[in-house]
Amino acid sequence: MCLAIPGKVIEIVDAGRQIVKAEVSGVRRNVSAELLGEAGQADCVRVGDWILIHAGFALARINEEEAAATTRLFQAMADAYADELMALRRSEIE
Amino acid sequence: MRFVDEYRSRDSAQRLSQEIAALLGSRAYKMMEVCGGHTHTIYKHGVEDYLPEGLTLVHGPGCPVCVIPMGRIDDARFLAEQRDVILATFGDTLRVPGGRGSLLDAKARGARIRVVYSPLDALKVAREHPEKHVVFFALGFETTAPSTAATVLRAAREGVRNFSVFCNHVLIVPAVKALLDSPDLRLDGFIGPGHVSTVIGCKPYQFVPQQYGKPFVVAGFEPLDVLQAISMILRQLSQGRAEVENQYTRVVRWDGNPHALALIGEVMELRPHFEWRGLGFISHSALRLRDAYREYDAEKLFELPSLRVSDPKACQCGEVLKGVLRPWECKVFGTACTPETPIGTCMVSSEGACAAYYHYGRFQRRRADGARPL
Ligand code: SF4
Repeated sequence: MCLAIPGKVIEIVDAGRQIVKAEVSGVRRNVSAELLGEAGQADCVRVGDWILIHAGFALARINEEEAAATTRLFQAMADAYADELMALRRSEIE
Repeated sequence: MRFVDEYRSRDSAQRLSQEIAALLGSRAYKMMEVCGGHTHTIYKHGVEDYLPEGLTLVHGPGCPVCVIPMGRIDDARFLAEQRDVILATFGDTLRVPGGRGSLLDAKARGARIRVVYSPLDALKVAREHPEKHVVFFALGFETTAPSTAATVLRAAREGVRNFSVFCNHVLIVPAVKALLDSPDLRLDGFIGPGHVSTVIGCKPYQFVPQQYGKPFVVAGFEPLDVLQAISMILRQLSQGRAEVENQYTRVVRWDGNPHALALIGEVMELRPHFEWRGLGFISHSALRLRDAYREYDAEKLFELPSLRVSDPKACQCGEVLKGVLRPWECKVFGTACTPETPIGTCMVSSEGACAAYYHYGRFQRRRADGARPL
């Protein structure tokens, strides 16, 4: 339930509403970056950043190694990760 | 992927295991992993195989699905059964037993229930169905509450009027405090939740060492993270220290995510008290929407039955959540109560202690000679 999965930001979809597109194990979905700071703030999210995603929102920025380690862990936790990825697939945030 | 290997390697696990055994000596300590994500890691990867006999891990209440009382599930079902209402919910809640059955039962009987990944998806359902009212069944710890808060703000900004939230967000700190005050439970230290702490940071746990004299170490979710956190707790104990330490610095900052906290504060306020399954009423342990957002509050828009439903007699989830009973010691474990036909909530979510034991078949403690790879 508190599972958060790492994804890579591949596109800024809507800067004003802070919607970015993230890729998680090949699945690309929109995610809100609102929790990372005010829109336009210098430290807000950029293409290429790794983020920790939970319920359609980026909770934190993380470094790439952490992202890889976390992904591996969740892949090992097969069921939970597959469920989370399935759930993400269903998401259609605009 | 060298980094991954580092976090996995058997050698490091053995080394940490020896360090833990040396620090523990002949003492016996009980530690709680507060978060269900850790419970899952511990059983999936056999972390207990690397722990000496004297060290007991107690599985805490950090699984929001496991602590939701039956009455709130019945309220959610009531909402789903209202005319022109669609209940949007995370998939984890579907099998949770309520007094009148689960949401899955309700769905089979025609209640409109939509499984969503994000509260923003629930908002989208509302936009697509202007003739219906969409209620989002919001639950989760501080990890999830900011997402709900941001969604309510977005609904308000965009003038979506057929959307509301049935708010069941709970807070980790009051739960930890209730456990510390519980007379039948003696703990020597805490493995603190990782993802909740990305939001709230480490500071809110300071009362644990300050008022109760117990170490509290926020930890990541790799098996080696958990072992390292255990050794950090033991080191504190052996040096007579009690502090909040952060093992998960890769992700968790001391101050958490202030922006996410501000969003929660803008939209939500503390409830005077809230019932936790198995733990009873805990004051100031949950959130509700502020009056300013009453148009988005399903509890204000609908007359909910809000009945207190007592847990089934056979259910011993309360004892399991407090670590007084080990999951397999519950009389119905694996017989009447299984993930397919759960009696109690700890069997529903993959983060529940009973489901974790059930899936990984660890009914007995194994010894620390590395019988299984991490
Ligand atoms: S076996 Fe079922 S009823 Fe017993 S404690 Fe676990 S979840 Fe609760």
